[in-house]
Amino acid sequence: MAQLSVPVVADTPDTLPGRRRGRSAAETARKRLTSPWASLAAVVLAVLWTLPTFGLFVTSFRPEADIKNSGWWTVFTDPTFTLDNYRTVLGSTGQDNLAPYFINSIAITLPAVIAPILIAALAAYAFAWMRFPGKNTLFVAVFALQVVPLQVTLLPLLELWVDLGINRTFWPIWLAHTMFALPLAVFLLHNFMREIPGELIEAARVDGAGHVTVFFRLMLPMLKPALAAFGIYQFLWVWNDLLVGLTFGGQPNVNPLTVALFNLTGTRGTAWHLLSAGAFVSIIVPVVVFVALQRYFVRGLLAGSVKG
Amino acid sequence: MHLAVAATTTGGKLLTMVIALLAFAAVVGIILFLAGLAERRGRRQTAWLFLAPTLVLLLVGLVYPAGRTVVRSLYDAAGSQFIGLHNYLTIFSSDEQLVVLRNTVLWVLVTPFVATVIGLIYAILVDGARGESFAKALIFLPMAISFVGASIIWKFVYEYRDHIENLLPGQQQIPQIGLLNQVIVWLGGKPQQFLIDSPWNTFFLIVVMIWIQAGFAMTILSASIKAIPAEMTEAARLDGVGAFEMFRFITLPAIRPTVVVVLTTIAIGCLKVFDIIRTMTGGSFGTSVVANEFYTQSFSAGNQGLGAALAVLLFILVVPIIVYNVRQLRASEGR
Repeated sequence: MAQLSVPVVADTPDTLPGRRRGRSAAETARKRLTSPWASLAAVVLAVLWTLPTFGLFVTSFRPEADIKNSGWWTVFTDPTFTLDNYRTVLGSTGQDNLAPYFINSIAITLPAVIAPILIAALAAYAFAWMRFPGKNTLFVAVFALQVVPLQVTLLPLLELWVDLGINRTFWPIWLAHTMFALPLAVFLLHNFMREIPGELIEAARVDGAGHVTVFFRLMLPMLKPALAAFGIYQFLWVWNDLLVGLTFGGQPNVNPLTVALFNLTGTRGTAWHLLSAGAFVSIIVPVVVFVALQRYFVRGLLAGSVKG
Repeated sequence: MHLAVAATTTGGKLLTMVIALLAFAAVVGIILFLAGLAERRGRRQTAWLFLAPTLVLLLVGLVYPAGRTVVRSLYDAAGSQFIGLHNYLTIFSSDEQLVVLRNTVLWVLVTPFVATVIGLIYAILVDGARGESFAKALIFLPMAISFVGASIIWKFVYEYRDHIENLLPGQQQIPQIGLLNQVIVWLGGKPQQFLIDSPWNTFFLIVVMIWIQAGFAMTILSASIKAIPAEMTEAARLDGVGAFEMFRFITLPAIRPTVVVVLTTIAIGCLKVFDIIRTMTGGSFGTSVVANEFYTQSFSAGNQGLGAALAVLLFILVVPIIVYNVRQLRASEGR
């Protein structure tokens, strides 16, 4: 939660001062260590970290019978590959088709990312540049709400959705993700808005621009990096979420991909041809975002790492 | 189309999504319109209009439910009878719940330290090396993967195939398809059911969290290491300070506040860990933790009172760590 106020948000690794001014402490330490050993250790760690993912990735391209009868490492001596598993999870008509859940995940994620940004931007603007009684107390209260774990809210919210008659639609999931995102979003966007020079706002106000105009013409364009960082963080949170989807989904027309995969591990725990291909269908989206927007991605992730 | 009915087709779902987006945008639009009107008339309530959606959603979505849950935790399973702190006593006395507490303590103590140490070592090893950003991306990538995805990846690593104790003549051992068991077989050992044998199965679940969080630790610590002024390290280097002294007396003191933030952040994540346990074992075989037990009690075991008490316990456990975390952040900023 509070990660965001840290230099981390403002300084991406490649803009940090120590970088270009000479060798850093760690670099020196590393050079002094017998370098071949250091490199070897790094390679071993990197391999250990990559191997589990790689194994499942290879498996997702192996025929079902092969997966059951031999380990994935045997592909190096006996390579047989197929796209059948992906055809099953993406195109088949049976129960194993995960494509509808992929659509559900998209339908859940877009509003659940955009809504909190819009709503929080308004509140953040009020906290940053408007005067009203009780402002500081209220801001601290909103900030403090980040400590509330989702768990304490789930059951009463579920009852509320039922009372409202919107249970088992996308609305509970959209609303829940929006609600849970607000404390962090308001806090983050407020911090960014405060960094915009006050003279700029004052000048616009003196020229007769109202808060609405300032908000649209001045704030939103300048906030792009902050919006991107928070947007990516929230995207990952929602796309990868299981708890909210599991609690408020509850039916195939609403369940996101994570819930579908979770159900699959419960019912077909040894159907590795489905699990492996299904897992990679869900993984590919955040990984593409990661590769494309690495800078924002890391920044966004750091920004909200304690939420939830 | 009625909004309370879930669409069944792709087109229908995407249409619902567009309608929702328009609805959210309309709320914001109306507020800005009203704010514009209020401003022209010289009223001062503009701020409250800007704040209204956030405050309403937070009251409905966080404050009210949290209050309800606290009250709920004082009632029995069906929510009909007031039983005081009995649910909390159950958490601290029943054998089942004590295992849950023990596991939670293990998660919170082991994961942050191991993940941070690995992240720190890796950050130092690859710092300034050729291909640094690629090397970092490899370790960081698990952070982009969902916990469900990570759990499937590791469940496959731990996969166990029946091991035949006494082979009949001509009979062959069933080949292992999980990497870890195959490695054990290659080394001449006996395959293990990693996720079933308690209490070690908890450690094998913790490995998944370490795998995910090491990248987080590495990224933050690496940024912190790079921020150490070069003059400091240069001076030490000219004085002929060795690699380990450099680490012990220069690097470590300089990044100490960041290390604390990383440790506490991962600890909070571990307190709330749910997806990994739910996906890999469902909390069976003595692997449940507070966040998972909350879900089981509330939504499958039908004991909403106990579930609520577990949620409140989670709340109580998280608060001091977060307060400490925020203080450390303040301290490290004031540096």
